Amino acid sequence: MKTARVPVPLLIPAILGLIFLILPLAGLLVRTPWATLFDRLAEPGVVEALRLSLITSTLATVVCLVLGVPLAWMLARVTFPGRRLVRALITVPLVLPPVVGGIALLLALGRRGIVGQWLDSTFGITLPFTTAGVVIAEAFVALPFLVIAVEGALRGADSRFEEAAATLGSTRWTTFTHVTLPLVAPGIAAGAVLCWARALGEFGATITFAGNYPGITQTMPLAVYQTMESGDLEGAVVLSLILLVVSVAILAGLRDRWLTTP
Amino acid sequence: MRALRLAAVGLTALVALTACGDSSDKSDTGNSAGGSVTVFAAASLTESFTTIGKSFETANPGTTVTFNFAGSSALATQINEGAPADVFASASPKNMAAVTGAGSPTTFVKNQLVIAVAKGNPKGLAALADLTKPDLKVALCAEAVPCGAAAKTALEASAVKVTPVTLEQDVKAALSKVKLGEVDAALVYRTDAKASASDVDAIEFPESAKAINDYPIIVLKDAENPTGAQKFIDYVLSADGIKVLTEAGFQAP
Repeated sequence: MKTARVPVPLLIPAILGLIFLILPLAGLLVRTPWATLFDRLAEPGVVEALRLSLITSTLATVVCLVLGVPLAWMLARVTFPGRRLVRALITVPLVLPPVVGGIALLLALGRRGIVGQWLDSTFGITLPFTTAGVVIAEAFVALPFLVIAVEGALRGADSRFEEAAATLGSTRWTTFTHVTLPLVAPGIAAGAVLCWARALGEFGATITFAGNYPGITQTMPLAVYQTMESGDLEGAVVLSLILLVVSVAILAGLRDRWLTTP
Repeated sequence: MRALRLAAVGLTALVALTACGDSSDKSDTGNSAGGSVTVFAAASLTESFTTIGKSFETANPGTTVTFNFAGSSALATQINEGAPADVFASASPKNMAAVTGAGSPTTFVKNQLVIAVAKGNPKGLAALADLTKPDLKVALCAEAVPCGAAAKTALEASAVKVTPVTLEQDVKAALSKVKLGEVDAALVYRTDAKASASDVDAIEFPESAKAINDYPIIVLKDAENPTGAQKFIDYVLSADGIKVLTEAGFQAP
């Protein structure tokens, strides 16, 4: 590829930015005890936490897709009073420290929470300390990523296709399923990947709302934290690396198969 | 164009991913400058050390004390990774020993476990064995933190097998789950239950005598202000300091 000279004021910050992002990863790799890496991988607790992480983050992404795509569509295509307020509210979980999100979830869905109380007394369902609780915590922090990505895609999409469909007698629902969805599919896919990655890395809301118990609520980030807390820094580094490798491998795999449309 | 956008998304995803285990970097850096002492102390010392710190500052004008309260194991890790601390007060000798070059610490108080329950003890718990009741939700500390290690010792010594719903990272986190009503009971220190007496009741149990925690305190090898650090420890060990601690429910060593 032939390009004109890259301006220095852009080049230098770009390189610094890249180093800034890569340096911590390099630190992780330097401290990795490679000799014991594979023994660690075989430990049942590690596999359990990894499995739980992958399952919960995938379920959280499904929840986000089911709720988030319609929400993004509403924001992008329907004019309703208070739309700006709704859009602002959606970004709240983005700026909220995840621990605060966890406390908020407890106060809403916990055993004494405003909705949780009713869930408990009516159905006997309590969400904290369950795997479902982990999915809820992850979905809570990841949903805004999906909504924002999909809304952006919808706004960027050419609305003349939808208008054409409408003039040809298509209902709004048919237009949505047959025109809008295929049009913004790459945007939805990108949003889902972001959403999944955020859910996979979720820590604060999970440990606060869902607690920490191996096999039930202890996802990889929690396992990393607990391993580090117990003074086993090497173990924490190994767990971090495993999480990193697995997630990057999955993201790369998805990108090749599904995200790169010609 | 699209490839570029996807690459951007991929990158963003990676960043979001690596930002995962963040949130609670508790290391507090209020060091440097003459007359400031940084104290890393076990979560269970929060109330009493805050009080002691204030009267220490009053007694030593110009000296400021900065605290970092967390689970003792987390503190030990932070210190070993170079966090700037002058004093370390741990809730167990094990976590003190984990600090490299900790020398010979002084035991300044002892603490023991109680069962913390919601005010009024709605589940009618009376003994350690009651924690095995079905449908009872129990929070314990993770084994790595002293309150979790003590809980394990007490439960094993009395042959009571409890299945907790969560293993919390420090004693305050376990207690807050009782306060929020998310669990029915938690094994916490007597002092923590006492500090939250308006929200929780404490049930004493005889088996806790088998798991008494010694609290060691030390001036750290890499302390930037060893003189101030020693002064602070002397103050903790003074009659004034011990009075605050015993009033909080600690036992003198």
